[in-house]
Amino acid sequence: MNDQAMTGVADHPAAASGLRGVVGDWSDEKQAFHVPWGKAMMWIFLLSDTFIFSCFLISYMNVRITTTVPWPNPSEVFALSLGGEPIPLILIAIMTFVLITSSGTMALAVNYGYRRDKKKTVLLMIATALLGATFVGMQAFEWTKLIVDEGVRPWGNPMGAAQFGSSFFMITGFHGMHVSAGVIYLLVIATRVGTGYYDRHRGGNYEMVEIAGLYWHFVDLVWVFIFAFFYLW
Amino acid sequence: MTDHAQTATATATPAKGAEGHQQHPLGIYIVVWILLFVLSGFSYAVDYFHLEGNLRWGLILLFMFLKAGLIVAIFMHMAWERLALIYAILVPPLSLLVFISLMAIEGDYTFLTRLVMFGPAAEIEAPPH
Repeated sequence: MNDQAMTGVADHPAAASGLRGVVGDWSDEKQAFHVPWGKAMMWIFLLSDTFIFSCFLISYMNVRITTTVPWPNPSEVFALSLGGEPIPLILIAIMTFVLITSSGTMALAVNYGYRRDKKKTVLLMIATALLGATFVGMQAFEWTKLIVDEGVRPWGNPMGAAQFGSSFFMITGFHGMHVSAGVIYLLVIATRVGTGYYDRHRGGNYEMVEIAGLYWHFVDLVWVFIFAFFYLW
Repeated sequence: MTDHAQTATATATPAKGAEGHQQHPLGIYIVVWILLFVLSGFSYAVDYFHLEGNLRWGLILLFMFLKAGLIVAIFMHMAWERLALIYAILVPPLSLLVFISLMAIEGDYTFLTRLVMFGPAAEIEAPPH
């Protein structure tokens, strides 16, 4: 494994950049992607996850085009009054900012991981996990409000097209599940960094932090699309 | 960018020389972080100020793609990967454009069919049998 890592791009005589590099990387009888295998596999998993979320968003687009009943206005459905006038989408805006903040702390955690700064890496990863848990908590609040107060069900709602509920619960539910899984994943990796597992077993290589970071940023990325297409459109 | 690359090489840990390109100064992450906040604020403003029509859809898509690009390129380090990996990950999703087009056309057809079958016109032109 270490041998493979050492004969990376830098040592390869035919290493080229640009299109010639693509051809070289893919055609030679050698490792195609000069990254740790876990990172390559995480990218391929994220690619497959991209298609899953795309299927959900495309099916949402399809039912929204086909319905002859007006679509409920998300700006009003997700409005929340904090003492006075209802503010449109305010909870969703806060959730978006929480998730972006968590993405920022994760990016810093990855950076400190490369600097072998164990303490800062662990603290930033725990901060990321806490922000992720906050996001899921707010989503639980949003679901409760929608189900109990507004009477939204997967098969219908009082505001308009019946497909609104099924699309909403499917898309945000699947995303929330990804966030929840990510929180657990981050805590596991943070524990392993903190207890010195990677120092003992991987020769102090914290690449697992970066791989967890890829997953976490992807969860943020998916939210960018959900925010645009479901809440703003 | 060259400036940044030089700093990265200078501060790279000797133990991982081959992956030294992954070591970036913190500054770029902070800048991207702030940009993401600002762009999200803009997206929210589109809804808050009730922009309508093509302006609304255009701005929503613009801010969305800018945010997605920043996350993938900087936070997910795609900007520093070799082209072989970039193409392997970013080219396949382009096929989604075909899928989106197909479903949009299909959706329009279903919508028109529903208007004919269930709309007000359906009762006037009821089938003879």
